[in-house]
Amino acid sequence: MAGAAPEGVTPHQYLENQTRWRRVEIAFWLATLLPFVVTPTYLSLASQIAITALFALSLDLILGYAGIVSLGHAAFFGLGAYTAGLMSKFVWGEPLTGLVAAAAIAGLVGFATSFIIARFRHLALIMITLGLGLLLHEAANSASWLTGGADGLQGVDIWPLLGAFKFDLYGRTAYAYSLVVLALMFLVARRLIHSPFGLALRGIRENAVRMSAIGAPNRSHVRKVYTISAVIAGIAGALLAQTTETVSLEVLSFERSADVLVILILGGAGRLYGGILGAIIYMVARDQFSGINPQFWYFWIGLLLVAVVMLLPNGILGGLARFAERWQGGRR
Amino acid sequence: MIGPFVGVLFDGFAYGMLLFLLSVGLSVTLGMMNFINLAHCSFGMLGGYVTVTLMDHLGWPFLASLPVAFLAAAAVSILLERTLYRRLYRASELDQCLLTIGIVFMSVAAAAYVYGTVQQPLQLPDYLQGSVVIAGVNFALYRVFLVATALAITLVLVAALEWTRFGTRVRAAVDNQRMARGLGINVDRTFAITFALGGGLAGLGGALAIAIVGLDPGFAFAYLVYVLIVVSVGGLGSIRGSFAAAAVLGISDVAGKYYVPQLGAFLIYLVMVGLLMWRPSGLFGKR
Repeated sequence: MAGAAPEGVTPHQYLENQTRWRRVEIAFWLATLLPFVVTPTYLSLASQIAITALFALSLDLILGYAGIVSLGHAAFFGLGAYTAGLMSKFVWGEPLTGLVAAAAIAGLVGFATSFIIARFRHLALIMITLGLGLLLHEAANSASWLTGGADGLQGVDIWPLLGAFKFDLYGRTAYAYSLVVLALMFLVARRLIHSPFGLALRGIRENAVRMSAIGAPNRSHVRKVYTISAVIAGIAGALLAQTTETVSLEVLSFERSADVLVILILGGAGRLYGGILGAIIYMVARDQFSGINPQFWYFWIGLLLVAVVMLLPNGILGGLARFAERWQGGRR
Repeated sequence: MIGPFVGVLFDGFAYGMLLFLLSVGLSVTLGMMNFINLAHCSFGMLGGYVTVTLMDHLGWPFLASLPVAFLAAAAVSILLERTLYRRLYRASELDQCLLTIGIVFMSVAAAAYVYGTVQQPLQLPDYLQGSVVIAGVNFALYRVFLVATALAITLVLVAALEWTRFGTRVRAAVDNQRMARGLGINVDRTFAITFALGGGLAGLGGALAIAIVGLDPGFAFAYLVYVLIVVSVGGLGSIRGSFAAAAVLGISDVAGKYYVPQLGAFLIYLVMVGLLMWRPSGLFGKR
């Protein structure tokens, strides 16, 4: 986890230091453009990765920073996906307004449930998030007149992006679209995390009792970040619905909630790039392994999880950061 | 009118007893060490596959395969406890969740690799098939057997917990782990034995469950949710609580599916969320 501010640095300087863009970050974002040139046949996979990364980023805000463990985050992802899908079916297929609608609906439901979330901790909280997620899954399953139930939503038709770029078979538009949205949301999350509000969230994660003792309004902080996280998850779901032009019941499933948790922890929770790195590794590995043996993919993911928990407590990024620190320390 | 209702009630209760067997071990170990073991149902699945293997491939009788299912699950759980779990007792709940979810993933894939993803067939012995009619109500013999087994196990558990030295140690460790250590109780050893017992009971529950809910590699995940519901609603470390919660959930699930099928599994989740919001530490939980 991010260390405390060193001696002799004011809080203001500390936050400012953290906000500065590092060279690695700029290189990383430039590298996200590489798939257009290097692997043009894998652009749909790249678009899926960007969407998963955005979903993992939304979970990172509540889990990595505020310490709220959720086993039902797919609820908001699915809400966004269904909102975008239904919007294109019944209203119009314009993608950007669909995205906004999905964000609004997911945000509203997130805000409503945040009042419950903020009241509980520990096992009860995990179970309540799980229960709410399962409830929504069941609701979508039984409302088959609206959602198509287990067969999935049929008849999603998305118009060209900005009236000019059609969603083609190779996923050029899809990847560009997902990447731009991911980058924008990343900027929002980055700004949020490096603000005093973000610092307060980390305080809640580390010690909720002390935070309220120094006068921090824990519950309203938790409500805010939960709603923001729901909005981002909803946008990720809408992106998936729009770029694949289908919505299946799977977007709300427990497996999706568990997968995104695994992805985030694998990459490193509580680090902005953790979810993105985890998504890249997980999705690429799944693409490669499932080509060989779809059923046994989960064996390797399970083994990876056990190894990460046992050997790299802060995920891959945490391990890398420790390695980098040691290396720099050795050079000095 | 009354007849079918009693029948549904009984079926629900039998289902609840199945959930109780699957979850009681998790409840006690969670209450003692606060260790969130999401792989608990994998032990149940293991018991199921042991029974299927013994019966279908080696021709064992059903009743003889049940103790083996118990022992196999207990042996595997103690092995995992000694090698992996014990290192994470003081880790965050998130790490514990992840480690054990990893084990669930591996067990599901391993089961699919060895047995395939199809439902496993199970031929019950003749004396457990059919049903008896008492006062105009049909009771399936297998469910009667299930309820009797579960009640017998509950009695043995409660008696052992109340009247044996080992039971006293377990209760002390659940109530206050640090104090129990201070009094010289070897909590780690007590925990390991309890963990093995709980895993074994899950294995037995898994073996008994095949005839009612079937067995495929999805078992470890599908029943995990139910078991967690029973544990969190019943309250950690409480056998009474798990029993009550399992009975309530089993009956409401079966009755819900029978009388209001359009609600489906909705009811059981709604009951859980409602109960937890009312009492976050469960019906019989202290903390």
